[in-house]
Parts: sequence; C-alpha cells; structure tokens
Amino acid sequence: MIFLTRRATFSASHYYWNPAWTEEKNKEVFGPCANRNGHGHNYTLEVTVAGEPDPVTGFVVDLKWLKSVIEREVLDAWDHRHLNLEVSEFAAVIPTTENIAIAAWKRLEPSVIQAGGARLSRVRIYETPEIFAEYRGEA
Amino acid sequence: MIAYFGRRYTISASHRLHTDALSAEENRATYGKCNNPHGHGHNYVVEVLVAGAVDPETGMVINLVLLDELVHAQVIERFDHANLNLDPLFANRVPTTENLSREVFALLRDALPNGKLERVRVEETENNFFECNE
Repeated sequence: MIFLTRRATFSASHYYWNPAWTEEKNKEVFGPCANRNGHGHNYTLEVTVAGEPDPVTGFVVDLKWLKSVIEREVLDAWDHRHLNLEVSEFAAVIPTTENIAIAAWKRLEPSVIQAGGARLSRVRIYETPEIFAEYRGEA
Repeated sequence: MIAYFGRRYTISASHRLHTDALSAEENRATYGKCNNPHGHGHNYVVEVLVAGAVDPETGMVINLVLLDELVHAQVIERFDHANLNLDPLFANRVPTTENLSREVFALLRDALPNGKLERVRVEETENNFFECNE
C-alpha cells in the first residue's frame, strides 16, 4: 500500500462563534478568535490517498487529476472567502480547523470514490505552520 | 466524529549521548560527535497529536489554550534551555531523541484533560525525527 499526498494552499477568513452562547462565553472559550470582524489564515491542505501503484503507469493516482479535484471541490469554494459567511457547510458549524478538515474530506471523498482505485486516507489542514487538524474518515 | 488536532512547539536543549555501560572508546564509536564530553544542543520541535470526538458546541477536539498550558507545564518548562542529561528522567537512560520522545509521550499521556494522546513526534533537526505512540 502506498500513501500519496498532494498539498495545496488557500487563504480565507473566519471567526469562532457559538450563537447559543452569550458574547461573554464566546470570548471566554474562543479568545481573540471570537472577534466578529473575523481574521484570516493562509491554510495548507494536505490530501493523502492510499492504494497500489497501477501496473502500467506506476501511479497510485494521477497527480494532475488529484490537483484538479482539490481545486474544483475545495479551493474554488473556499479560497479568498469568508468561511462563516460565504461557505454553506459553515453556516451552522463553527469553522474550526477540526471542522474544516472534516468538511474538506466530505467535499473530496465522492470524487475519489467515483474514480475507483485509490481511497481517501487522510485530510490534514494547517491553519499556521504550528497548528493543524486531520480527519481520517472515522465516525 | 473522531478528528485529530496537532500542535508544534520548540524547545532548545543540550545533551550528550553517553552510557556508562560502554567503554570510552565504545562510546565514541557508537555515538561519534554526539559523545563530545561537553555536550551539544538542538532546537527540538515537539509535535503533539491529540485524538478525540469534535465537541459539537465548540467544534474542537481540544482547546488550544488548554493544550498549550499542559505542554508548557509538563514539557517546555522542564526541558527548554536545560541540559537533558541532568534531568532525573535521564539519570539512567541516554537522552537520545528516541528516549526524549518516549518521555514526552509519557508526561503528556496522563495529563490530558480530554482527548487522547495519539502521537508525539520530536524533530531533532530538519532531517531527523522520532515518533512515539505508546
């Protein structure tokens, strides 16, 4: 089994806010991330697929294809957007790094399944070089 | 849903790879430059990966502020700007980065308030790193 990873970057803004809580509690739990004017990051997305190399091409997947899937499914929707205000899956879900990783998985998995062959193994999102979250499809 | 939250920290520390179980010559043969009697240092990167369910109220596996407090108290205050050989944890154990990653894992495992410690990775330089998950 070979694991193949493709990296992509996007820039987006967000804030952390739970509408069920008071302003005070939001600030207590989320700190500066609760600023309603938002803030932004240069995110790095790492998409890992797992499979056996094709006997003819030697590829687990064609990297050009994986790049196009990432661009179409994720970057076109998220790059240079305000995640809370412009991205449907975060209308009622806080765009924490954890939830962004899960949302990226949900956007990518149908295309990977449809292509057959390799399976989606891991999605990792770096919010900064020091902070990341990953999702491996576990319930 | 189970997700993973990772955070990278830096500690600067010195160490010397040496064991009394070997002769001076054998130590030099085994550890090479790392056996220099006066020690040497690294900027270690400690990467902590926590597994857990994403809290539906906060969207988090673990609150970053809590994790930072924990890692600072258990690991950074202990090892940053210190000589690893002088730490009691390395009184009878060579402070290789393999052993450092095991000790960091043990220090954090029981201290985590929620979530589960999935893995500790310690990068000694840009070109070598060690991971411990038990």
